[in-house]
Amino acid sequence: MQYSKKVIEHFRNPHNQGRIKNADAVGQVGNIACGDIMKIYLKIKDNVIKDIKFETLGCAAAISVSSALTDMAKGKTLEQALAITKDSIVKDLGGLPPVKVHCSMLGVEALHQAIEKYNNKI
Amino acid sequence: MPKKNKPIYLDHSATTPVDKAVLKTMPPYFTKNYGNPSSLHSFGQTASAAVSQARENIAEILNCAPKEIIFTSGATEADNLAIFGVVSALRKNNPAKPHIITSSIEHPAVLEPVNRLEAEGAEVTYLPVNAKGAVSLEKFKEAIKDSTVFISIMYVNSEVGAIQPISEMGKIIERINRERAGRNNKNRIYFHTDAVQALNFLNCGVEYLKVDLLSLSGHKIYGPKGVGALFARSGTPMLGVQLGGHHEKNLRSGTLNVPGIVGLGHAIKFCAKNREKNNKLILKLRNEFIAGIKKRIPDVIVNTDINNATPSHANLSFVGAEGEAILIALDIEGVAVSTGSACASASLKASPVLLAMGVKEEIAHSAIRFTLGKYNTAAEIRRVLKILPPLVKKLRQMAPK
Repeated sequence: MQYSKKVIEHFRNPHNQGRIKNADAVGQVGNIACGDIMKIYLKIKDNVIKDIKFETLGCAAAISVSSALTDMAKGKTLEQALAITKDSIVKDLGGLPPVKVHCSMLGVEALHQAIEKYNNKI
Repeated sequence: MPKKNKPIYLDHSATTPVDKAVLKTMPPYFTKNYGNPSSLHSFGQTASAAVSQARENIAEILNCAPKEIIFTSGATEADNLAIFGVVSALRKNNPAKPHIITSSIEHPAVLEPVNRLEAEGAEVTYLPVNAKGAVSLEKFKEAIKDSTVFISIMYVNSEVGAIQPISEMGKIIERINRERAGRNNKNRIYFHTDAVQALNFLNCGVEYLKVDLLSLSGHKIYGPKGVGALFARSGTPMLGVQLGGHHEKNLRSGTLNVPGIVGLGHAIKFCAKNREKNNKLILKLRNEFIAGIKKRIPDVIVNTDINNATPSHANLSFVGAEGEAILIALDIEGVAVSTGSACASASLKASPVLLAMGVKEEIAHSAIRFTLGKYNTAAEIRRVLKILPPLVKKLRQMAPK
């Protein structure tokens, strides 16, 4: 298979998958026509991501990226979370096929959007 | 990968396993009868006799003369030779701008050469297809004009299995060619079909189809990869594309792939002999499969027009789940399929065939192509019917509402 073991593990058993009721912020990127939609829910307290969940319509890579990203962001301050790069996600996943790297970008964008919305709100 | 059961292969449009009876015929031509069929000594003549036998087998199934068969490395090369070979020969005799007709759902092995000719100044009409994936005869007729000299339409579409009305098109072309001859128009239309996906299931006789050129491949009919053939009707103007040692009447140079050709010759014989039996078996499994899916999974769209498709195909969209994710999840469970999703293609574009049929992008992204073959069993289909529903449900639940 073209995917690393870690990608497949995340795909089979994604972490932090679901929704947060009363989330403090939500970010969503992608659209149905292009086939990828990523939605990130955040619960924030004292500038720290206390809880994070995702919903994703997309390929195996998109789902694995969502899972790995939420693991990385959980417990981080908002500044630390904003510093997560697509390269660090790809590295954490043990690599992604080149055509799939854009999926990791979507994850980063969804998280940034959620944090920005939160910052604009307070 | 944790798999208790034998993997299940439902991707016969991509390739087929080599039939053991076919495989058995090939080894002597690697190690014992390894001569070059162009050599004059007995080694060469033994190989040459085997090639002739294969040529006869193919000619018998296609209802043509053995000398009308050109061996190639596969259907891609056969398509390239048909298109470039004929059009360059026609242009040599007639410098006028040629008009070429093809369809919007052809395999890239046809579309890419045609695109090249278009870039080099030919005029090309890409015929649309209807929602069922078929080219309409009305639109086909309308597209033909006095400068039309070459038409290439596939017999069966590989993604949805839609059968194109090749023999009706052949009749139309024959009538136009006769009419042109009557009024001294020297242009004749040459008609090519890529029959790669049809050979297992349909009558590929060239007189029945009324085609001048027909491409076929070994590995789609339980034969070896790396070998195929082009039928080119006697008298069809053609220049070689791959030049060299003047093999295949100078139309396709290159030492012949003798073991592959021997395998192809046997594969086509078995495929024609068992066609009805296999069709019946595969059709029954395919229809049970579609009915089973519809019963167990909501919101499934059947992209294959089962009333006008090969019995092997079931192209289904599982709206709300992404095709590549379904493919990978099935693969983890040991089931091999294809998808029309953009996420599975290097271009990151949804299947052009489904889009040409007017399928919405989000539905194309969720399309899975199941293609059944002669070794699939009812037990395998039952297993897939168990594996698939929870997997689609899980992916749908992960998606934002």
